[in-house]
Amino acid sequence: MTQLPHSTERKLGLVIDLDTCVGCHACVISCKGWNTENYGAPLSDQDAYGGNPSGTFLNRVHSYEVQPQNGHAQLVHFPKSCLHCEDAPCVTVCPTGASYKRVEDGIVLVNESDCIGCGLCAWSCPYGARELDVAEGVMKKCTLCVDRIYNENLTEVDRVPSCVRTCPAGARHFGDLGDPDSDVSKLVAERGGIDLMPEQGTKPVNKYLPPRPKDTIEDQIDVLAPLLAPIAEEPKGFMGWLDKALEKL
Amino acid sequence: MHPAPSVIVFTTLSGLGFGLLFFLGLGLPNVTGWVAFTFFVIGFGLSVAGLLASTFHLGRPERAIKAFTQWRSSWLSREGWCAVAALILMGLYSIGAIFFAQRWGLLGFVGALFSILTVFTTSMIYTQLKSIPRWNMNLTPAMFLSFSLAGGALLAGQTALALISLLIAALVQILYWRQGDQALARSGTNIGTATGLGDRGSVRAFEPPHTGTNYLLREFVHVVGRKHAEKLRIIAFSLGFFIPVVLLIMPVNSVATKHFLAAVAVLSHLAGVATSRWLFFAQAEHVVGIYYGKR
Repeated sequence: MTQLPHSTERKLGLVIDLDTCVGCHACVISCKGWNTENYGAPLSDQDAYGGNPSGTFLNRVHSYEVQPQNGHAQLVHFPKSCLHCEDAPCVTVCPTGASYKRVEDGIVLVNESDCIGCGLCAWSCPYGARELDVAEGVMKKCTLCVDRIYNENLTEVDRVPSCVRTCPAGARHFGDLGDPDSDVSKLVAERGGIDLMPEQGTKPVNKYLPPRPKDTIEDQIDVLAPLLAPIAEEPKGFMGWLDKALEKL
Repeated sequence: MHPAPSVIVFTTLSGLGFGLLFFLGLGLPNVTGWVAFTFFVIGFGLSVAGLLASTFHLGRPERAIKAFTQWRSSWLSREGWCAVAALILMGLYSIGAIFFAQRWGLLGFVGALFSILTVFTTSMIYTQLKSIPRWNMNLTPAMFLSFSLAGGALLAGQTALALISLLIAALVQILYWRQGDQALARSGTNIGTATGLGDRGSVRAFEPPHTGTNYLLREFVHVVGRKHAEKLRIIAFSLGFFIPVVLLIMPVNSVATKHFLAAVAVLSHLAGVATSRWLFFAQAEHVVGIYYGKR
């Protein structure tokens, strides 16, 4: 049913630390790797080795430059996937009931056998989280690795979304954002986590932690700096002669 | 938005077809026999051709029947129901007019209601999308409805009604363009809110996630076609409203000439509405383009 649930028991989602992300795209590759061979249809590529490659991805990393009024510009790497919104517009527009939000954990999923590939859910998503797979003709989106997080065949450490498990910088966190005492909720409170496009009224579950302010570079790096200044004196004696002799060669 | 031919054909033809069915249902003109047959063939032909065209953009058209299930929440599903109801009601009504030379007034009235409701539900599919500010306006359903009524009146040969509704549609079109041009700015969505970095300085898309293109860029970012938007607006307005109005008020004595001019007016209006519909898609900015530094 494509009506949204009034509330969900949990709000599973991601917290993405823009301060820590180094823009390596490992989460993109690991997401594609896991999701192309597990839940639902594969994530196809078109013309993968030709001149115009394109393909379906559930997670993509953008990079933005922020130029403050004063000071240096800052580069921010920005991973983006489905935000599992509380007021997900993609769910209510679906004519077939293929798109739904789970009551038990708030994950937004697509039942691919009901999807007619009309694309309206992708039109309604302001974040570009949904992509229609060209080969399969059905809508693909982040499942929050629903086939990992409850999978008892995996060791406990692996029961997190593939992108979170892979991130070498520890920039991605997974948990219940509906529980104020969860680690992710505490992290969001501590770092001032933000919503993307709050004016769109989608109430995203995923939160982004803004980059910490850059250190300011002053003329004098340290009070001890003058004492640590390198001493480069002209060599004397034999070393002086050697220096000059080698210079002439 | 990518101006896909299937949706442009669909909204243009079915809008015109259901507009004609609306007037036929109200008994304007009150026709029977072969004349009624011709009118209904045109009305059903246009609306059904439009509906068929709309299935061409589906990834899985064989499952299209499932789209009838979610009428409680989905405008697309409601549109499906209204279209089927309108076609069945008007089909029954046309039997009376064609074979029994009778006008079943109540049936026609309800059929007319569902015909215009179908156009309204089509417009709401676009209007509901907050992610596309240029569509997310009250003027969007006003435009779809006024275009459908103007085209319908023109096809139904209701000269006086056609003149009034063409003038209203022309006015709505101008207002829609004026308000639409400011819609994205007024929505408050920009690269600052999209990235959440706006309060730290000016944000610029530095590197896209990939060197090639993707579904999102193909579907939602259409920059090339907007280059000639101003010229196309003039063409759309002239063909859609100006020429038909001039042809309608032209004083002609012979019936044959009058019919000929009416036919030209209909074709001109159709071409104008199709151009306007092309602009409706091509000029609509989806906010996801902001993430790519594009509109």
